[in-house]
Amino acid sequence: MNLDSLLPNLGEWLRGNGPESDIVISTRIRLARNLAGSPFSNRASAAQKAETEARIRDAIAKLDLPHKLDYVDVSKLTPIDRQFLIERQLMSRELGSVLEGPRGVAFDERESVSVMVNEEDHLRLQVMRSGVALEEAWAEIDHLDDLLETKLTYAFHEQFGYLTACPTNVGTGMRASVMLHLPALSLTKEIEKLFRSLQKINLVVRGLYGEGSRASGDLYQISNQVTLGKSESLVLREIREVISQILQYERRARQLLVKERKQAEQDRVARAIGTLGSATMITSEETMELLSTVRLGIQLHLLEDLPATTVNQLFIHTQAAHLQKLMGTPLDGEERNSARAKYLRNKLRELGASQR
Amino acid sequence: MKCQRCPKQATFHITEVMGEEKFFDLHLCEECAQKHLADPEASVKKVADKPAAAVEDLSDLGNRHCEACGIKFVEFRNTGRLGCPHDYDSFKDELLPLLDNIHGDTKHVGKTPRRLPKVKASQTELANLRRQLQVAVTKEAYEEAAQLRDKIKRLEESE
Repeated sequence: MNLDSLLPNLGEWLRGNGPESDIVISTRIRLARNLAGSPFSNRASAAQKAETEARIRDAIAKLDLPHKLDYVDVSKLTPIDRQFLIERQLMSRELGSVLEGPRGVAFDERESVSVMVNEEDHLRLQVMRSGVALEEAWAEIDHLDDLLETKLTYAFHEQFGYLTACPTNVGTGMRASVMLHLPALSLTKEIEKLFRSLQKINLVVRGLYGEGSRASGDLYQISNQVTLGKSESLVLREIREVISQILQYERRARQLLVKERKQAEQDRVARAIGTLGSATMITSEETMELLSTVRLGIQLHLLEDLPATTVNQLFIHTQAAHLQKLMGTPLDGEERNSARAKYLRNKLRELGASQR
Repeated sequence: MKCQRCPKQATFHITEVMGEEKFFDLHLCEECAQKHLADPEASVKKVADKPAAAVEDLSDLGNRHCEACGIKFVEFRNTGRLGCPHDYDSFKDELLPLLDNIHGDTKHVGKTPRRLPKVKASQTELANLRRQLQVAVTKEAYEEAAQLRDKIKRLEESE
């Protein structure tokens, strides 16, 4: 498969028009599964991993799905292609750049379903949806899991449920997360209070790229911690309730911003656009911060005629691997900063021209 | 962390100075802490009797291994990753308090595979055979490996 063909697409998670898309970027559910009678990936020899990969790959190929899954052998990818798939949220950083040996990822052309093979667990199924769509994502991943199970025997324990390499995932093996853009709560500093209260009810807050990553561009992922003793439907309901509350808080904070300091916000948004459109060197970090401001500006109607999906495109295209693919050449850190600025200048000029 | 004297959450962390350079840590819930503070000696003695036994348990525990994948409990302790599905039975007693700590529960609720694994015994057997096969291949005992491979195949097909 030629990964470059994905470049012009936003993929499901940045489609930008799901439910509550003024705040919610995407919903993601993953299931951890292992094959019965085989050692977990970290204790498997290269030969055993190859065998596991072959068995799973064969099962995936035989699945009867409306959207076919294409298998990519991660061990054969270039570092840029690995980074590219990580940036598109199709595979974990762990699978891309930490683990070694036989491993892979299968995904569909919508970039909604992906199946990682020989990650920390033999199988990591993932379904993405634009906006908040926990029920739909669950229905799809539940079905995929059922289909795979007709071809593979999972390690399942009467008392402990689905067995996983790390005891933090045992039971349902399910991690459901919702990615939110919370610029107003960040501005008013209410966000830390919110996160402390989430911890008390066993929900975890992470940055853009999951575990250990810091929140950049005011993007936060909220997910469940507990996988044992609570059914999938209960966990999903709890997350759904918390998300509706957070949506209320963020909307209230946004209204307050417009009411009390509209002029100052307008200025901040105009400056963000100005910097993005005129810088000659810009880091990915600064780009994300500025795009966050622009995204908020669009939602607050402080900016005319710039669709939110454009922000998503700028967001994904300015990340390291995407940028290098667009430029058609490998670039070091400094070169990337200048290429990123050039890309943003050109894009914003095009958009400005088409508006006139 | 749990109270060392009852199942409640420990909220008091007390260090008793037992004499020159001898200290003793206690982790207690509010209720037990009050009892302890009323009569410290009795309670320290009670807990202090335990460590010797506990140390013995620990070294014993660390060396225990899973018969299916060979991982030692101490290796799991160090990496946080188990070696194979059978570990959940091999180290069940040790894992139970850990699971309770992480999840607040030790019993799965929710989805179960439609096609439940046939017999658990055959899975353990399979894991065992696969491990033996691995060993045989490493020491280049190809005849033995071939026999093991046949056995595994038969067992897999009977599943």
